[in-house]
Amino acid sequence: MTQSGKIVQDPVRVERAEWKRQQTKARLQQLLTIVSPVFLLVLWEVLSRTGVMDIRFFPPPSAILQTFWELLVSGAIAEHVGVSLYRIALGFLAGVIPGIIIGLMMGLFTPIRHFVSPLVMALMPIPTLALLPIIIILFGIGDLSKVITIAGSVFFPVVINTAAGVLNIDKIYLDVANNYGASKSQFFFKIALPGALPVMLEGIQMGQAIALLTIVAAEMMGATSGIGYLIWTSYKAFLLQNMFVGLIMISFFGYLFSLLLRGLQKKLLPWR
Amino acid sequence: MPPKIEINDLTKVFVKKTGSVTALQNISMTIEDGEFVCLVGPSGCGKTTLLRILAGLEKHSAGNFKINAEQSKRPLQSMVFQEKGILPWMTVQDNVAFGLAMRKAPKDIIAKQTAYYLEKTGLTQFASLYPSELSGGMKQRVSIARAFANDPEILLMDEPFAALDEQNKFILQEELLSIWAETKKTVLFITHSIDEALMLSDRILLMSAQPGQIIQEVRIDRPRPRKIEEIRKDPELAAQFVDIWQHLQKEVQKSRT
Repeated sequence: MTQSGKIVQDPVRVERAEWKRQQTKARLQQLLTIVSPVFLLVLWEVLSRTGVMDIRFFPPPSAILQTFWELLVSGAIAEHVGVSLYRIALGFLAGVIPGIIIGLMMGLFTPIRHFVSPLVMALMPIPTLALLPIIIILFGIGDLSKVITIAGSVFFPVVINTAAGVLNIDKIYLDVANNYGASKSQFFFKIALPGALPVMLEGIQMGQAIALLTIVAAEMMGATSGIGYLIWTSYKAFLLQNMFVGLIMISFFGYLFSLLLRGLQKKLLPWR
Repeated sequence: MPPKIEINDLTKVFVKKTGSVTALQNISMTIEDGEFVCLVGPSGCGKTTLLRILAGLEKHSAGNFKINAEQSKRPLQSMVFQEKGILPWMTVQDNVAFGLAMRKAPKDIIAKQTAYYLEKTGLTQFASLYPSELSGGMKQRVSIARAFANDPEILLMDEPFAALDEQNKFILQEELLSIWAETKKTVLFITHSIDEALMLSDRILLMSAQPGQIIQEVRIDRPRPRKIEEIRKDPELAAQFVDIWQHLQKEVQKSRT
């Protein structure tokens, strides 16, 4: 701009240029989320190839990938993953369904809440894994003991979040339901359930993460197949490349399940 | 015709650990059919408690009240709540239909009533949106449409415009009056704004600070439909404003000492 102010800048053009700059910046920042895992893998590869990291404990990613391919072709991965997913699915459902039912009852009926919540609070800190020996004695070394172990771990976050979801519904919505003459069942389906749903789904999301944490440990003891078994036996046989393949599978499914549940959340909570 | 609402010596006491508080003391009043009455009082005077008792959301301690029904099928009362009273998980349309759906009205009646009041409140094009996508003024329109669509004997309104900015408030007041003029419903409206009461009411009831009692009654005989400009210009109403203001001042002072 000159002193006389003869050259007038077009304000739209100025803002558009600024907007473009902001867009480029945002895209570059998004790129960082891809850069960080790639950077880690490259660093790992270089460090273990050059011998800075002990190759016996940290085989390079390229070697792990090769092992992954071999296990995939031999069908070992399909077998272990299939068994584990089956156990996770059953255990997850066996924990989530009673968790939701008991949580809703705790939220809706004060006497039930007073009766049940000390039991939940007292039992929650006990790691289900610590009970694994008893569970194996009672339910054998088959699928059932793993399913029960997972169910026991998943149940608690779900029950607590469901009860909290009901209790945290804004009082004014209860007034609205009363004032407009909602019956008990209308109250449940139109107010309590949709009102509790957001917090409830957070609990289920947590349960999902815990199910994956639990399956690996549950399959380390008294199991003959599964991702946890794969990790544990490879570790004992010092086949660390195989162990890393197992770890990567867990990480992959954890990510996948999180995405699926986020999708479900969007579907179920269109008002958010 | 008997009065629409009769309240006799209604008293409400709240008991707490630290003692008891008399929120309402011997409230008596009658409200005629089709009347628009505003209850004005300093905050904490128990006006919301009175409304909640009439709405069946709170039990009174002594005295009695009666809402005289014209048709047995109609609900006795519907409430327009303060700002957050619409359900976030229902679309605008389902919110407006809520009362009718709760009392299991026939589907065609629900559709007709809902469409009518969506139109009246200018919400037709927003019918399938969720409340989170609406402005504060739009939300209160939903709340008003829901109450009118339910077709109750009387309407109870608990400071429905308190959270709105001033221009929106004026617009909604006029809209409310135009719907009300058409339906001739009896309305009991709570507010702490004297301007709002002057604009809307046939009659203003002034309440004292705790314990809440009715201390004065002011008739507003202005022709309808009313416009905010006319209300503001009118010297007689200006005098009434000052009069009511001084009354409230006295009450506020009293509650401080």
